[in-house]
Amino acid sequence: MTGATALYDVPGPRTRQRHRVYGVLATAVILGLVAWILYLLVDTGQFTTTKWTPFAYKGIQELLLRGLGNTLKAFAIAALLSLALGGLLAVGRLSDHRPVRWAAALVVEFFRAMPVLVMIFFIFVALKVQPLPALVAGLTLYNGSVLAEVLRSGVNAVERGQREAAFALGMRKTQVMAHVLLPQAVRAMLPAVISQLVVALKDTSLGYLVTYEEFLHAGKLIASNLDYDLPFIPVVMVISPIYIGMCMLLSWCAGRVSRREQRSPRTEAVAVAAAGPGAPLPGGEPPMAPKP
Amino acid sequence: MNVLTDNFSTYGAGFLGTVRLTVYASLLALALGFVTASFRVAPVGALRAFGTVWVTVLRNTPLTLLFFAVLLGLPRFGLVLPFDVFAVLALGCYTSAFVCEALRSGINTVPKGQGEAARSLGMTFGQTLSLVVLPQAFRAVIPPIGSTLIALAKNSAIAGAFSVTELLGTYKTINELGYNIIWTFVWIAVGYLIVTLAISALFHVLERTWGVAR
Repeated sequence: MTGATALYDVPGPRTRQRHRVYGVLATAVILGLVAWILYLLVDTGQFTTTKWTPFAYKGIQELLLRGLGNTLKAFAIAALLSLALGGLLAVGRLSDHRPVRWAAALVVEFFRAMPVLVMIFFIFVALKVQPLPALVAGLTLYNGSVLAEVLRSGVNAVERGQREAAFALGMRKTQVMAHVLLPQAVRAMLPAVISQLVVALKDTSLGYLVTYEEFLHAGKLIASNLDYDLPFIPVVMVISPIYIGMCMLLSWCAGRVSRREQRSPRTEAVAVAAAGPGAPLPGGEPPMAPKP
Repeated sequence: MNVLTDNFSTYGAGFLGTVRLTVYASLLALALGFVTASFRVAPVGALRAFGTVWVTVLRNTPLTLLFFAVLLGLPRFGLVLPFDVFAVLALGCYTSAFVCEALRSGINTVPKGQGEAARSLGMTFGQTLSLVVLPQAFRAVIPPIGSTLIALAKNSAIAGAFSVTELLGTYKTINELGYNIIWTFVWIAVGYLIVTLAISALFHVLERTWGVAR
Protein backbone atom coordinates (compact mmCIF):
# COMPACT_ATOMS: atom_id res chain seq x y z
CA MET A 1 0.00 0.00 0.00
CA THR A 2 2.75 2.42 1.00
CA GLY A 3 4.08 4.20 -2.04
CA ALA A 4 1.21 2.91 -4.15
CA THR A 5 -1.06 5.87 -3.41
CA ALA A 6 -0.81 9.58 -3.92
CA LEU A 7 -0.48 10.03 -0.18
CA TYR A 8 3.04 8.93 0.68
CA ASP A 9 6.47 8.62 -0.76
CA VAL A 10 8.38 5.42 -0.33
CA PRO A 11 9.49 5.85 3.29
CA GLY A 12 13.12 6.34 4.20
CA PRO A 13 14.85 4.74 7.19
CA ARG A 14 13.76 7.38 9.72
CA THR A 15 10.14 7.31 8.54
CA ARG A 16 10.15 3.55 8.68
CA GLN A 17 11.44 3.78 12.24
CA ARG A 18 8.64 6.21 13.11
CA HIS A 19 6.03 3.99 11.45
CA ARG A 20 7.29 1.06 13.51
CA VAL A 21 6.75 3.09 16.68
CA TYR A 22 3.23 4.01 15.51
CA GLY A 23 2.62 0.37 14.67
CA VAL A 24 3.61 -0.76 18.16
CA LEU A 25 1.46 1.94 19.74
CA ALA A 26 -1.53 1.09 17.54
CA THR A 27 -1.15 -2.62 18.25
CA ALA A 28 -1.03 -1.85 21.97
CA VAL A 29 -4.22 0.23 21.77
CA ILE A 30 -6.06 -2.40 19.72
CA LEU A 31 -4.94 -5.21 22.03
CA GLY A 32 -6.02 -3.09 24.99
CA LEU A 33 -9.45 -2.66 23.40
CA VAL A 34 -9.75 -6.41 22.81
CA ALA A 35 -8.62 -7.13 26.37
CA TRP A 36 -11.17 -4.64 27.73
CA ILE A 37 -13.98 -6.31 25.77
CA LEU A 38 -12.85 -9.74 26.99
CA TYR A 39 -12.72 -8.39 30.54
CA LEU A 40 -16.27 -7.03 30.18
CA LEU A 41 -17.43 -10.40 28.85
CA VAL A 42 -15.87 -12.31 31.72
CA ASP A 43 -16.88 -9.70 34.28
CA THR A 44 -20.56 -9.86 33.32
CA GLY A 45 -20.37 -13.65 33.48
CA GLN A 46 -20.80 -14.48 29.80
CA PHE A 47 -18.54 -17.53 29.98
CA THR A 48 -20.32 -19.32 32.82
CA THR A 49 -21.19 -22.96 32.25
CA THR A 50 -24.94 -22.34 32.62
CA LYS A 51 -24.93 -19.96 29.67
CA TRP A 52 -23.04 -22.33 27.40
CA THR A 53 -24.67 -25.65 28.34
CA PRO A 54 -27.62 -25.25 25.93
CA PHE A 55 -25.27 -25.64 22.97
CA ALA A 56 -24.35 -29.12 24.20
CA TYR A 57 -27.95 -30.34 23.95
CA LYS A 58 -29.01 -32.19 20.86
CA GLY A 59 -32.45 -30.56 20.78
CA ILE A 60 -30.96 -27.08 20.71
CA GLN A 61 -28.39 -27.97 18.10
CA GLU A 62 -31.22 -29.32 15.98
CA LEU A 63 -33.21 -26.14 16.57
CA LEU A 64 -30.26 -24.07 15.34
CA LEU A 65 -29.69 -26.34 12.36
CA ARG A 66 -33.38 -26.19 11.45
CA GLY A 67 -33.18 -22.41 11.64
CA LEU A 68 -30.10 -22.40 9.42
CA GLY A 69 -31.90 -24.71 6.99
CA ASN A 70 -34.88 -22.37 6.88
CA THR A 71 -32.59 -19.40 6.24
CA LEU A 72 -30.91 -21.24 3.37
CA LYS A 73 -34.26 -22.37 2.02
CA ALA A 74 -35.60 -18.80 1.96
CA PHE A 75 -32.35 -17.66 0.36
CA ALA A 76 -32.43 -20.35 -2.33
CA ILE A 77 -36.04 -19.66 -3.33
CA ALA A 78 -35.57 -15.89 -3.22
CA ALA A 79 -32.34 -16.11 -5.24
CA LEU A 80 -33.89 -18.23 -7.98
CA LEU A 81 -37.05 -16.13 -8.19
CA SER A 82 -35.17 -12.83 -8.17
CA LEU A 83 -32.88 -14.04 -10.95
CA ALA A 84 -35.96 -14.95 -12.98
CA LEU A 85 -37.72 -11.67 -12.19
CA GLY A 86 -34.52 -9.74 -12.86
CA GLY A 87 -34.17 -11.33 -16.28
CA LEU A 88 -37.80 -10.65 -17.08
CA LEU A 89 -37.66 -7.00 -16.01
CA ALA A 90 -34.35 -6.44 -17.78
CA VAL A 91 -35.82 -7.78 -21.03
CA GLY A 92 -38.87 -5.60 -20.38
CA ARG A 93 -36.72 -2.49 -19.94
CA LEU A 94 -34.87 -3.27 -23.17
CA SER A 95 -38.06 -3.93 -25.09
CA ASP A 96 -38.79 -2.17 -28.37
CA HIS A 97 -42.34 -1.44 -27.26
CA ARG A 98 -42.65 1.77 -25.32
CA PRO A 99 -45.50 0.72 -22.96
CA VAL A 100 -43.59 -2.42 -21.92
CA ARG A 101 -40.44 -0.38 -21.37
CA TRP A 102 -42.27 2.17 -19.25
CA ALA A 103 -44.09 -0.42 -17.19
CA ALA A 104 -40.87 -2.29 -16.47
CA ALA A 105 -39.08 0.96 -15.62
CA LEU A 106 -41.86 1.95 -13.24
CA VAL A 107 -41.75 -1.41 -11.45
CA VAL A 108 -37.96 -1.40 -11.19
CA GLU A 109 -37.70 2.18 -9.96
CA PHE A 110 -40.49 1.78 -7.42
CA PHE A 111 -39.19 -1.41 -5.84
CA ARG A 112 -35.64 -0.14 -5.77
CA ALA A 113 -36.72 2.98 -3.90
CA MET A 114 -38.77 1.11 -1.26
CA PRO A 115 -37.19 -0.37 1.84
CA VAL A 116 -37.36 -4.17 1.60
CA LEU A 117 -38.81 -4.37 5.07
CA VAL A 118 -41.76 -2.14 4.14
CA MET A 119 -42.59 -4.51 1.30
CA ILE A 120 -42.22 -7.58 3.47
CA PHE A 121 -44.43 -6.05 6.16
CA PHE A 122 -46.96 -4.94 3.57
CA ILE A 123 -47.22 -8.46 2.16
CA PHE A 124 -47.20 -10.03 5.61
CA VAL A 125 -49.59 -7.67 7.42
CA ALA A 126 -51.82 -6.16 4.76
CA LEU A 127 -52.13 -9.13 2.42
CA LYS A 128 -52.07 -11.63 5.32
CA VAL A 129 -49.56 -13.98 3.71
CA GLN A 130 -47.57 -16.62 5.60
CA PRO A 131 -44.11 -15.51 6.79
CA LEU A 132 -42.02 -17.52 4.30
CA PRO A 133 -43.90 -16.44 1.14
CA ALA A 134 -43.98 -12.86 2.44
CA LEU A 135 -40.23 -12.85 3.04
CA VAL A 136 -39.47 -14.49 -0.29
CA ALA A 137 -41.83 -12.18 -2.18
CA GLY A 138 -40.32 -9.06 -0.60
CA LEU A 139 -36.77 -10.19 -1.27
CA THR A 140 -37.67 -11.21 -4.82
CA LEU A 141 -39.27 -7.89 -5.70
CA TYR A 142 -36.36 -5.85 -4.34
CA ASN A 143 -33.45 -7.98 -5.53
CA GLY A 144 -35.17 -8.75 -8.81
CA SER A 145 -35.42 -5.04 -9.54
CA VAL A 146 -31.79 -4.44 -8.66
CA LEU A 147 -30.69 -7.44 -10.74
CA ALA A 148 -32.77 -6.13 -13.64
CA GLU A 149 -30.69 -2.95 -13.62
CA VAL A 150 -27.47 -4.95 -13.35
CA LEU A 151 -28.40 -7.16 -16.30
CA ARG A 152 -29.64 -4.22 -18.32
CA SER A 153 -26.37 -2.36 -17.89
CA GLY A 154 -24.61 -5.60 -18.79
CA VAL A 155 -26.56 -5.94 -22.04
CA ASN A 156 -25.93 -2.29 -22.84
CA ALA A 157 -22.23 -2.79 -22.22
CA VAL A 158 -21.96 -5.56 -24.82
CA GLU A 159 -20.17 -4.13 -27.82
CA ARG A 160 -22.51 -2.73 -30.47
CA GLY A 161 -20.83 -4.78 -33.15
CA GLN A 162 -22.04 -7.99 -31.54
CA ARG A 163 -25.66 -6.99 -31.90
CA GLU A 164 -25.14 -5.64 -35.39
CA ALA A 165 -23.31 -8.76 -36.52
CA ALA A 166 -26.07 -10.97 -35.15
CA PHE A 167 -28.73 -8.94 -36.95
CA ALA A 168 -26.64 -9.04 -40.11
CA LEU A 169 -26.59 -12.84 -39.89
CA GLY A 170 -30.39 -12.71 -40.07
CA MET A 171 -31.13 -13.50 -36.43
CA ARG A 172 -34.42 -12.33 -35.00
CA LYS A 173 -34.71 -9.93 -32.09
CA THR A 174 -35.34 -12.72 -29.59
CA GLN A 175 -32.48 -14.80 -30.96
CA VAL A 176 -30.08 -11.88 -30.75
CA MET A 177 -31.07 -11.32 -27.13
CA ALA A 178 -31.04 -14.97 -26.10
CA HIS A 179 -28.00 -16.21 -28.00
CA VAL A 180 -25.74 -13.20 -28.27
CA LEU A 181 -26.45 -10.41 -25.80
CA LEU A 182 -27.66 -12.13 -22.63
CA PRO A 183 -24.89 -14.76 -22.41
CA GLN A 184 -22.23 -12.08 -22.69
CA ALA A 185 -24.04 -9.78 -20.29
CA VAL A 186 -24.47 -12.50 -17.69
CA ARG A 187 -20.83 -13.46 -17.99
CA ALA A 188 -19.64 -9.88 -17.54
CA MET A 189 -22.07 -9.15 -14.73
CA LEU A 190 -21.65 -12.38 -12.78
CA PRO A 191 -19.64 -10.76 -9.95
CA ALA A 192 -22.25 -8.02 -9.54
CA VAL A 193 -25.03 -10.62 -9.62
CA ILE A 194 -23.34 -12.70 -6.93
CA SER A 195 -22.75 -9.69 -4.71
CA GLN A 196 -26.43 -8.84 -5.05
CA LEU A 197 -27.14 -12.39 -3.89
CA VAL A 198 -25.04 -11.64 -0.81
CA VAL A 199 -27.49 -8.81 -0.12
CA ALA A 200 -30.36 -11.29 -0.49
CA LEU A 201 -28.65 -13.68 1.92
CA LYS A 202 -28.11 -10.91 4.46
CA ASP A 203 -31.72 -9.78 4.10
CA THR A 204 -33.16 -13.23 4.81
CA SER A 205 -32.52 -12.29 8.44
CA LEU A 206 -35.42 -9.83 8.07
CA GLY A 207 -37.58 -12.96 8.28
CA TYR A 208 -36.95 -12.80 12.02
CA LEU A 209 -39.07 -9.65 12.16
CA VAL A 210 -42.05 -11.35 10.49
CA THR A 211 -41.78 -14.41 12.78
CA TYR A 212 -40.32 -16.67 10.10
CA GLU A 213 -38.49 -19.43 11.98
CA GLU A 214 -35.05 -18.79 10.54
CA PHE A 215 -31.59 -18.78 12.09
CA LEU A 216 -31.87 -15.57 14.09
CA HIS A 217 -35.30 -16.62 15.33
CA ALA A 218 -33.84 -19.88 16.63
CA GLY A 219 -31.10 -17.87 18.33
CA LYS A 220 -33.67 -15.60 19.94
CA LEU A 221 -35.56 -18.63 21.29
CA ILE A 222 -32.42 -19.90 23.00
CA ALA A 223 -31.38 -16.44 24.15
CA SER A 224 -34.64 -15.76 25.97
CA ASN A 225 -34.50 -19.02 27.90
CA LEU A 226 -34.43 -18.33 31.65
CA ASP A 227 -33.22 -21.88 32.45
CA TYR A 228 -29.86 -21.04 30.97
CA ASP A 229 -29.66 -17.61 32.57
CA LEU A 230 -30.57 -15.74 29.34
CA PRO A 231 -27.52 -16.77 27.27
CA PHE A 232 -27.80 -13.76 25.01
CA ILE A 233 -24.17 -12.95 24.32
CA PRO A 234 -23.22 -16.63 23.81
CA VAL A 235 -25.97 -16.93 21.22
CA VAL A 236 -24.67 -13.87 19.37
CA MET A 237 -21.16 -15.29 19.61
CA VAL A 238 -22.34 -18.54 18.04
CA ILE A 239 -24.63 -17.32 15.28
CA SER A 240 -22.82 -14.23 14.03
CA PRO A 241 -19.68 -16.08 12.86
CA ILE A 242 -21.91 -18.47 10.91
CA TYR A 243 -23.87 -15.64 9.28
CA ILE A 244 -20.75 -13.59 8.54
CA GLY A 245 -18.95 -16.70 7.31
CA MET A 246 -21.72 -17.55 4.85
CA CYS A 247 -21.81 -14.01 3.48
CA MET A 248 -18.01 -13.80 3.28
CA LEU A 249 -17.91 -17.09 1.41
CA LEU A 250 -20.36 -15.76 -1.16
CA SER A 251 -18.50 -12.41 -1.39
CA TRP A 252 -15.28 -14.32 -1.88
CA CYS A 253 -16.89 -16.26 -4.75
CA ALA A 254 -17.85 -12.95 -6.35
CA GLY A 255 -14.30 -11.68 -5.99
CA ARG A 256 -12.89 -14.89 -7.41
CA VAL A 257 -15.24 -14.84 -10.40
CA SER A 258 -14.36 -11.23 -11.07
CA ARG A 259 -10.62 -11.91 -10.89
CA ARG A 260 -11.02 -14.87 -13.23
CA GLU A 261 -12.97 -12.66 -15.59
CA GLN A 262 -10.14 -10.15 -15.62
CA ARG A 263 -7.63 -12.90 -16.35
CA SER A 264 -9.62 -14.54 -19.11
CA PRO A 265 -8.08 -14.17 -22.58
CA ARG A 266 -11.29 -12.79 -24.02
CA THR A 267 -11.26 -9.74 -21.83
CA GLU A 268 -7.52 -9.42 -21.44
CA ALA A 269 -7.02 -7.36 -24.55
CA VAL A 270 -9.59 -4.73 -23.57
CA ALA A 271 -7.80 -1.41 -23.30
CA VAL A 272 -8.54 0.43 -20.07
CA ALA A 273 -8.00 4.17 -20.19
CA ALA A 274 -5.70 5.37 -17.46
CA ALA A 275 -7.47 7.49 -14.88
CA GLY A 276 -6.61 11.12 -15.44
CA PRO A 277 -6.81 13.82 -12.80
CA GLY A 278 -10.40 14.19 -11.72
CA ALA A 279 -11.52 11.22 -13.79
CA PRO A 280 -14.62 9.41 -12.50
CA LEU A 281 -14.10 6.21 -10.53
CA PRO A 282 -13.05 3.71 -13.21
CA GLY A 283 -16.05 1.41 -13.53
CA GLY A 284 -17.51 2.82 -10.33
CA GLU A 285 -17.38 0.54 -7.34
CA PRO A 286 -15.50 -2.75 -7.76
CA PRO A 287 -18.20 -5.21 -8.83
CA MET A 288 -17.56 -7.63 -5.96
CA ALA A 289 -18.23 -5.05 -3.28
CA PRO A 290 -21.30 -6.01 -1.25
CA LYS A 291 -23.88 -3.27 -1.20
CA PRO A 292 -25.57 -1.81 1.87
CA MET B 1 -57.02 9.98 1.99
CA ASN B 2 -58.57 10.30 5.43
CA VAL B 3 -56.09 7.71 6.70
CA LEU B 4 -53.45 10.40 6.27
CA THR B 5 -55.45 13.38 7.54
CA ASP B 6 -56.85 11.56 10.58
CA ASN B 7 -53.47 10.22 11.64
CA PHE B 8 -51.36 13.16 10.60
CA SER B 9 -49.69 13.51 13.99
CA THR B 10 -48.80 9.79 14.15
CA TYR B 11 -47.38 9.88 10.64
CA GLY B 12 -45.61 13.14 11.40
CA ALA B 13 -43.95 11.71 14.50
CA GLY B 14 -42.91 8.61 12.56
CA PHE B 15 -41.62 10.65 9.63
CA LEU B 16 -39.61 12.92 11.92
CA GLY B 17 -38.29 9.82 13.69
CA THR B 18 -37.06 8.40 10.39
CA VAL B 19 -35.49 11.72 9.40
CA ARG B 20 -33.79 12.09 12.78
CA LEU B 21 -32.51 8.52 12.71
CA THR B 22 -31.22 8.99 9.16
CA VAL B 23 -29.48 12.29 9.91
CA TYR B 24 -27.76 11.17 13.12
CA ALA B 25 -26.78 7.78 11.71
CA SER B 26 -25.44 9.48 8.55
CA LEU B 27 -23.28 11.81 10.60
CA LEU B 28 -21.96 8.90 12.67
CA ALA B 29 -21.38 6.80 9.55
CA LEU B 30 -19.54 9.62 7.77
CA ALA B 31 -17.33 10.29 10.81
CA LEU B 32 -16.56 6.62 11.50
CA GLY B 33 -16.16 5.94 7.79
CA PHE B 34 -13.65 8.78 7.51
CA VAL B 35 -11.67 7.45 10.47
CA THR B 36 -11.63 3.85 9.19
CA ALA B 37 -10.80 5.01 5.66
CA SER B 38 -7.81 6.91 7.02
CA PHE B 39 -6.81 3.75 8.91
CA ARG B 40 -7.08 1.75 5.72
CA VAL B 41 -4.73 4.00 3.78
CA ALA B 42 -2.38 4.57 6.73
CA PRO B 43 1.26 3.53 6.43
CA VAL B 44 0.94 1.64 9.75
CA GLY B 45 0.18 -2.05 9.29
CA ALA B 46 -1.76 -2.51 12.52
CA LEU B 47 -4.19 0.29 11.67
CA ARG B 48 -4.65 -1.05 8.14
CA ALA B 49 -5.45 -4.50 9.54
CA PHE B 50 -7.94 -3.00 11.98
CA GLY B 51 -9.66 -1.07 9.19
CA THR B 52 -9.81 -4.14 6.97
CA VAL B 53 -11.33 -6.29 9.71
CA TRP B 54 -13.86 -3.58 10.57
CA VAL B 55 -14.98 -3.24 6.96
CA THR B 56 -15.03 -6.96 6.14
CA VAL B 57 -16.97 -7.95 9.25
CA LEU B 58 -19.52 -5.14 9.10
CA ARG B 59 -20.14 -5.45 5.37
CA ASN B 60 -20.93 -9.13 5.73
CA THR B 61 -23.12 -8.84 8.82
CA PRO B 62 -26.88 -8.85 8.29
CA LEU B 63 -28.18 -5.56 9.67
CA THR B 64 -30.93 -7.37 11.59
CA LEU B 65 -28.28 -9.38 13.42
CA LEU B 66 -26.40 -6.19 14.23
CA PHE B 67 -29.56 -4.56 15.58
CA PHE B 68 -30.30 -7.71 17.53
CA ALA B 69 -26.80 -7.72 19.04
CA VAL B 70 -26.67 -3.99 19.79
CA LEU B 71 -30.21 -3.35 21.03
CA LEU B 72 -30.57 -6.50 23.06
CA GLY B 73 -26.91 -7.33 23.71
CA LEU B 74 -25.27 -4.14 24.94
CA PRO B 75 -27.67 -3.75 27.89
CA ARG B 76 -26.18 -7.01 29.19
CA PHE B 77 -22.94 -5.11 29.72
CA GLY B 78 -24.77 -2.63 31.89
CA LEU B 79 -24.86 -0.11 29.03
CA VAL B 80 -28.44 1.12 29.15
CA LEU B 81 -29.28 3.84 26.64
CA PRO B 82 -32.51 4.81 24.90
CA PHE B 83 -33.36 2.54 21.97
CA ASP B 84 -32.98 5.42 19.50
CA VAL B 85 -29.33 5.82 20.47
CA PHE B 86 -28.70 2.11 20.03
CA ALA B 87 -30.42 2.22 16.63
CA VAL B 88 -28.23 5.16 15.56
CA LEU B 89 -25.16 3.24 16.75
CA ALA B 90 -26.07 0.08 14.84
CA LEU B 91 -27.05 1.91 11.64
CA GLY B 92 -24.05 4.24 11.82
CA CYS B 93 -21.50 1.47 12.38
CA TYR B 94 -23.02 -0.69 9.64
CA THR B 95 -23.05 2.13 7.09
CA SER B 96 -19.59 3.36 8.09
CA ALA B 97 -18.09 0.26 6.47
CA PHE B 98 -19.65 1.18 3.11
CA VAL B 99 -18.71 4.85 3.51
CA CYS B 100 -15.15 3.77 4.28
CA GLU B 101 -14.91 1.75 1.08
CA ALA B 102 -16.34 4.61 -0.98
CA LEU B 103 -13.85 7.07 0.53
CA ARG B 104 -10.95 4.69 0.08
CA SER B 105 -11.71 4.06 -3.57
CA GLY B 106 -12.09 7.83 -3.96
CA ILE B 107 -8.61 8.39 -2.54
CA ASN B 108 -7.26 5.64 -4.77
CA THR B 109 -8.60 7.37 -7.89
CA VAL B 110 -6.28 10.31 -7.26
CA PRO B 111 -3.28 9.56 -9.49
CA LYS B 112 0.05 9.02 -7.79
CA GLY B 113 1.57 11.85 -9.81
CA GLN B 114 -0.63 14.40 -8.06
CA GLY B 115 0.86 13.58 -4.68
CA GLU B 116 4.37 13.39 -6.11
CA ALA B 117 3.96 16.78 -7.76
CA ALA B 118 2.65 18.28 -4.52
CA ARG B 119 5.59 16.91 -2.56
CA SER B 120 8.11 18.05 -5.10
CA LEU B 121 6.68 21.56 -4.71
CA GLY B 122 7.65 21.24 -1.07
CA MET B 123 4.20 20.72 0.41
CA THR B 124 3.99 19.02 3.76
CA PHE B 125 1.88 15.90 4.30
CA GLY B 126 -0.97 17.98 5.72
CA GLN B 127 -0.90 20.34 2.73
CA THR B 128 -0.75 17.48 0.24
CA LEU B 129 -3.72 15.88 1.92
CA SER B 130 -5.90 18.93 2.38
CA LEU B 131 -5.04 20.90 -0.77
CA VAL B 132 -4.42 18.21 -3.37
CA VAL B 133 -5.63 14.72 -2.53
CA LEU B 134 -8.81 15.22 -0.52
CA PRO B 135 -10.44 17.84 -2.80
CA GLN B 136 -10.03 15.51 -5.78
CA ALA B 137 -11.16 12.47 -3.83
CA PHE B 138 -14.19 14.41 -2.54
CA ARG B 139 -15.38 15.12 -6.08
CA ALA B 140 -15.19 11.47 -7.08
CA VAL B 141 -16.84 10.25 -3.91
CA ILE B 142 -20.13 12.18 -4.00
CA PRO B 143 -22.24 9.69 -6.04
CA PRO B 144 -21.24 6.51 -4.13
CA ILE B 145 -21.73 8.24 -0.75
CA GLY B 146 -25.15 9.41 -1.95
CA SER B 147 -26.30 5.90 -2.77
CA THR B 148 -24.89 4.64 0.53
CA LEU B 149 -26.89 7.23 2.47
CA ILE B 150 -30.05 6.40 0.51
CA ALA B 151 -29.52 2.76 1.51
CA LEU B 152 -29.12 3.95 5.11
CA ALA B 153 -32.46 5.76 4.99
CA LYS B 154 -34.10 2.59 3.69
CA ASN B 155 -32.36 0.43 6.28
CA SER B 156 -33.64 2.67 9.07
CA ALA B 157 -36.97 0.85 8.63
CA ILE B 158 -35.45 -2.06 10.55
CA ALA B 159 -35.24 0.16 13.63
CA GLY B 160 -39.03 0.48 13.54
CA ALA B 161 -39.36 -3.26 14.00
CA PHE B 162 -37.21 -2.93 17.14
CA SER B 163 -39.73 -0.47 18.67
CA VAL B 164 -37.96 2.78 17.82
CA THR B 165 -40.39 5.57 16.86
CA GLU B 166 -40.07 5.53 13.11
CA LEU B 167 -42.21 5.62 9.99
CA LEU B 168 -42.70 1.89 9.44
CA GLY B 169 -43.61 1.37 13.10
CA THR B 170 -46.63 3.69 12.75
CA TYR B 171 -48.59 0.98 10.92
CA LYS B 172 -49.27 -0.79 14.24
CA THR B 173 -50.87 2.23 15.91
CA ILE B 174 -52.93 3.13 12.87
CA ASN B 175 -53.94 -0.47 12.25
CA GLU B 176 -55.21 -0.81 15.81
CA LEU B 177 -57.45 2.20 15.25
CA GLY B 178 -59.12 0.20 12.48
CA TYR B 179 -57.99 2.15 9.43
CA ASN B 180 -57.58 0.54 6.02
CA ILE B 181 -54.27 -1.29 6.18
CA ILE B 182 -53.48 -0.95 2.47
CA TRP B 183 -53.78 2.82 2.57
CA THR B 184 -51.78 2.92 5.79
CA PHE B 185 -48.89 1.32 3.93
CA VAL B 186 -49.36 3.52 0.88
CA TRP B 187 -48.71 6.61 3.00
CA ILE B 188 -45.76 4.96 4.71
CA ALA B 189 -44.33 4.22 1.26
CA VAL B 190 -44.87 7.85 0.24
CA GLY B 191 -42.99 8.94 3.38
CA TYR B 192 -39.98 6.80 2.50
CA LEU B 193 -40.07 8.01 -1.09
CA ILE B 194 -39.94 11.60 0.18
CA VAL B 195 -36.87 10.83 2.32
CA THR B 196 -34.97 8.92 -0.37
CA LEU B 197 -35.85 11.39 -3.13
CA ALA B 198 -34.74 14.29 -0.89
CA ILE B 199 -31.36 12.65 -0.28
CA SER B 200 -30.93 11.89 -3.96
CA ALA B 201 -31.85 15.50 -4.87
CA LEU B 202 -29.36 16.82 -2.30
CA PHE B 203 -26.59 14.72 -3.79
CA HIS B 204 -27.55 15.78 -7.31
CA VAL B 205 -27.04 19.38 -6.24
CA LEU B 206 -23.74 18.51 -4.55
CA GLU B 207 -22.59 16.70 -7.63
CA ARG B 208 -23.60 19.56 -9.94
CA THR B 209 -21.73 22.00 -7.75
CA TRP B 210 -18.58 20.08 -6.96
CA GLY B 211 -18.75 16.85 -8.91
CA VAL B 212 -16.36 15.65 -11.55
CA ALA B 213 -16.86 17.37 -14.87
CA ARG B 214 -17.89 14.71 -17.34
